[in-house]
Amino acid sequence: MSIDTAVKTSRIDVLNGNMAAAWAARLSRPQVVAAYPITPQTPVVEYLTQFFADGVLDCQMSEVDSEHPAMSMLTGASLTGVRCYTATSSQGLALMYEPYFRASTLRLPIVMNIVNREMISPQTVWGGPQDSLTLRDAGWLQIYVEDNQEILDATIQAFKIGEHQDVLLPINICYDGFYLSHMAERVEIPAQETVDRFLPPYSSDHILLDPDRPAAVDPLTSGYLLMEYRQKHMEAQQAAKKVIMEVNSEYKDLFGRDWGGLVDTYRMDGAEYAVVTMGSVTGTVREIIDHKRSQGIQIGLIKVRTLRPFPVEEIREVMKGLKGFGVIDRNVSFGWNTGIIYQELRSALFGTSADLPSVPFIGGLGGEDITLDLVNQAADRIVEVADAGKRIEQAVWLTRERGV
Amino acid sequence: MSKDYKAPMGEGVYEVNTGDWRMQFPEMDKMLCTECGICFMYCPVNSIKAGKHDSGREGKAATVYSIDLSYCKGCGICAYECPRNAIAMQREKKK
Repeated sequence: MSIDTAVKTSRIDVLNGNMAAAWAARLSRPQVVAAYPITPQTPVVEYLTQFFADGVLDCQMSEVDSEHPAMSMLTGASLTGVRCYTATSSQGLALMYEPYFRASTLRLPIVMNIVNREMISPQTVWGGPQDSLTLRDAGWLQIYVEDNQEILDATIQAFKIGEHQDVLLPINICYDGFYLSHMAERVEIPAQETVDRFLPPYSSDHILLDPDRPAAVDPLTSGYLLMEYRQKHMEAQQAAKKVIMEVNSEYKDLFGRDWGGLVDTYRMDGAEYAVVTMGSVTGTVREIIDHKRSQGIQIGLIKVRTLRPFPVEEIREVMKGLKGFGVIDRNVSFGWNTGIIYQELRSALFGTSADLPSVPFIGGLGGEDITLDLVNQAADRIVEVADAGKRIEQAVWLTRERGV
Repeated sequence: MSKDYKAPMGEGVYEVNTGDWRMQFPEMDKMLCTECGICFMYCPVNSIKAGKHDSGREGKAATVYSIDLSYCKGCGICAYECPRNAIAMQREKKK
């Protein structure tokens, strides 16, 4: 297909998750891209560099020394008011921690895909969102997606969300390493013209390096002013909820796909029990929900898309009338004896009418498979615990030898 | 430029007066001062100002020195270096 045709019509292709992310970045017309390769994100950098070499991606492409300069360079670039994109994984994200925090507290709407990979040690390169979940309080918006089409759609949406005047925050679209990054599936690539209509060019004046308008940019700031910035930053996180819903709805109108915004649900009508998921394991859980429903068990699925801002009200609403739920966490919170999403859920529900019996599952760390059988057993446990009206206080591990 | 300051940037709002946290300040006794300019040379923050000859002090030096307290940190170097002990450090009153 020629470039001219690709501009005017959408097309169907078979893409792995990294290619879907690279396509999303290309269609969003970033002006500066700086990224350093790290497994499993490496192909994103390769694909974008190829787009650049082929002349179909018009941007400043920088081959930086490591992840720290990648984010630092984008910080400087974004301060001049241009659209910026990067991607990373695990140890790379950890190396980027210092400028990562700064990008959000400077309110720079940089878009970064995080290809979730388990944190070492032991040495591992496989999937798991421990890397980005650990940074949930660093001020970025974080959205976790389920499949390759959602990677592409959410990454295009990310620019519009982050750059919105009520938000002005950097944003991560996170997807599981290997399960999504290296697995190929059907993906619809939208036409450039439609994306252009959806996503106007970025312009900024809330913080700007401009020689014609000299001003103090990020000077030494005393506590009382710093607190004011933190307060506005937190308000922007809350404002992002509405913007995420609006952008989701606008995207649906233009491209025909609805990802639910903050929270997505599956077969929650009349549900008595729920499995809560995030990321690619959601697909497996959908299968088990169908299976259980065919056996007459009233169970549904709640997929958390946005971790930051956390959809507190939406979770309370969707949990109303349930007997109990379980959360499948693909991560750990050391010192709390559950996963991170479970903690977030319990905090959201504490003291409300939906403060329900629940089970904190942990599984699938370091790319370990969460099988249909394990999810099936987990669902059984949720029903058992909910009917008994109790709450499990410590993690229930989904392991291949012992089951649930 | 937007003025609601979402991010740490601005004009004027970040002016820092280094005199704000001074514990002591210098006082110059012009009866002892010979306008030698040593305090002017040693002051690390340019808080000694050199002025033109004052007609009321005819026969004395062509330049006169005075203290500008707005940026003075109260370090006391001027008082220490003054060969005539014309500068004395006074305790800053509590603000």
